[in-house]
Amino acid sequence: MLEIKNLHAEVDGKPILRGIDLTVRPGETHAIMGPNGSGKSTLSHVLAGRDGYTVTEGSVSFNGKQLLDLEPEERAGEGVFLAFQYPVEIPGVNNVYMLKAALNGIRAYRGEKELSAVDFLKLVKSRVKAVGLDESLLNRPVNEGFSGGEKKRNEVFQMSVLEPRLAILDETDSGLDIDALKAVAEGVNALRDAARSFIVVTHYQRLLDYIVPDYVHVLSKGRIIKSGGKELALELEARGYDWLTSEAA
Amino acid sequence: MASNAQDIEKIVGREYAAGFFTEIDQDTVPPGLDEDTIRLISAKKNEPEWMLEWRLKAFARFQQMREPNWAHVEYPPIDFQAISYYSAPKSDKDRPQSLDEVDPKLLETYEKLGIPLEEQKMLAGVAVDAVFDSVSVHTTFRDKLAEAGVIFCSFSEAVHEHPELIQKYLGSVVPVTDNFYAALNSAVFTDGSFVYIPKNTRCPMELSTYFRINAMNTGQFERTLVIADEGSYVSYLEGCTAPMRDENQLHAAVVELVALDDAEIKYSTVQNWYPGDEEGRGGIYNFVTKRGDCRGARSKISWTQVETGSAITWKYPSCVLKGENSVGEFYSVALTNNLQQADTGTKMVHLGRGTRSTIVSKGISAGRSQNAYRGLVRIAAAAEGARNYTQCDSLLLGDRSAAHTFPYIECRNPSAQVEHEASTSRISDDQLFYLRSRGIGQEDAVNMIVNGFCKEVFKELPMEFAVEAQKLLGISLEGAVG
Repeated sequence: MLEIKNLHAEVDGKPILRGIDLTVRPGETHAIMGPNGSGKSTLSHVLAGRDGYTVTEGSVSFNGKQLLDLEPEERAGEGVFLAFQYPVEIPGVNNVYMLKAALNGIRAYRGEKELSAVDFLKLVKSRVKAVGLDESLLNRPVNEGFSGGEKKRNEVFQMSVLEPRLAILDETDSGLDIDALKAVAEGVNALRDAARSFIVVTHYQRLLDYIVPDYVHVLSKGRIIKSGGKELALELEARGYDWLTSEAA
Repeated sequence: MASNAQDIEKIVGREYAAGFFTEIDQDTVPPGLDEDTIRLISAKKNEPEWMLEWRLKAFARFQQMREPNWAHVEYPPIDFQAISYYSAPKSDKDRPQSLDEVDPKLLETYEKLGIPLEEQKMLAGVAVDAVFDSVSVHTTFRDKLAEAGVIFCSFSEAVHEHPELIQKYLGSVVPVTDNFYAALNSAVFTDGSFVYIPKNTRCPMELSTYFRINAMNTGQFERTLVIADEGSYVSYLEGCTAPMRDENQLHAAVVELVALDDAEIKYSTVQNWYPGDEEGRGGIYNFVTKRGDCRGARSKISWTQVETGSAITWKYPSCVLKGENSVGEFYSVALTNNLQQADTGTKMVHLGRGTRSTIVSKGISAGRSQNAYRGLVRIAAAAEGARNYTQCDSLLLGDRSAAHTFPYIECRNPSAQVEHEASTSRISDDQLFYLRSRGIGQEDAVNMIVNGFCKEVFKELPMEFAVEAQKLLGISLEGAVG
């Protein structure tokens, strides 16, 4: 499904990713862990197509398409979704209105008909319950005045409506208390199935107690220095990152 | 990926959708301005002597005045002798009695603009007084309005049929000496709209006027007068587009509103005059004086405007709050693109006790345009307990446009409260990326952010106007990002 080969990327001439190789098959959940500044967020942003990063080497293929050649909205059309670490506030733009435009944008990209207002509303009603988002937030401006937990839940809610093939969660656990974390994780788990893949980017093992990954990769200085099963995350929790980074050096 | 600045340029660089020119025989006087011109205009309109006298007085004052130069706009000197001051469709003398008798070319023009003079409008409940160049061609729903005692007619008709009202109120809000362009308008105005709402009457429908400048080199000088008598209410809509022309066209209208005790006037404008091409050639100069007088206690005047057109916009819809506890409001969206220049804002003059005013201004600058907000809040010594709230936000698209804010506050009463909030921001890359990563194309994402930015103003517009305004912003921004 997703195949990252020897990916190098830099910001303002400074290399951040220095040769990432990663293969994600349908239905798999991969956790990317690593200390601050290891390039975790850069990887998420490069995959979603954010401006300001220069890919200097390598390739990313997604279901046979060269992902790096596509605009962000085209990547969304292909089924890539990024749950933001810091969801952006957009004053005056109704949350549900935005989501409807997004869903219909994706459908248009795929050559599908627009969803009628009635069908869309039905979909929203069912998903809003599933992720436990406060319904009053639906008609508020996107993320404006939302608490940290509400913002993250809103990300998961959007994901559940847009039904991506690959969801990238960028430090979704940051700034959440344990109850909010659990709720968000439940929302994510409800979306896991044999076809949908996840890349879970996190600094802490804590999130992985609730979203249990199939694979764990440790990122350091722009490279994956160790890969393993879910038990690797527990080991990191116990021993920290230092033993790995010194081993790699 | 292209940089956002370039992207935005592309969306803003869109051709004017309403740019076409209708060939109709015009009854136009030769260019030039002197007393004879004014006598000629007055004679053509068959005006009573007092109207001619009023014009001549205004002209005498105009001749002693100088063109103002304090606005943050630049343009070559205007040759007032090169302008033709009167132009009317030929069918003026035997005015058509029904749509069938109206010049089909004219109807075609309205059709292209989507101006509904037809029956559909009756269903929508809107009466239209369309000003085509200088003479009102057609007025609908007069009977229905007459039933309610509402007078809604062209200014020329009002001069003949309601001279007592005109003589009482004309120039009572904007005196002929108010400013250079108001004096010019007073001398040479050709037509416009007149509205009178009788006591304790709620106008049964929203009133609208569409203006269209068509004749080459013909300055258009409208005069609008709206009077809301005690306890009455009226909502007046004004929308404008102009065909694409190369010459700069001067437009210097005067709008006067009078609200007596407990009356309310809501005046909404969606304005889309030809802004000139990408190099700033052509386009309308819009130098307008709009003022509302809250003359009565507890009266209220509310201005809402969405401005996307004109090469140069220079206007300050204002409220003079004389009546005790009267209320003034100003909600504005001004979008400039390419080489457009706008210096716009409002004046809230608090004279009475307990008067309140609200100003919400949203400026959007794209291309190489200049967009300035200029506002005055004046609290007079007698305005015990007056309050003002001003919010003034600017949004920049691209990296070559500019936004300016010139707020003036004069407060002579210590019990008054005056609040001013201002912000300037760019469309942020974060917002744009967030929406695009959700599957929304770049152009739609920009429109969405801009419309969100303007929402507080749009919600003040009547429903169908709000939809039109959103479309207009979309059209004006196309090519600004891409």
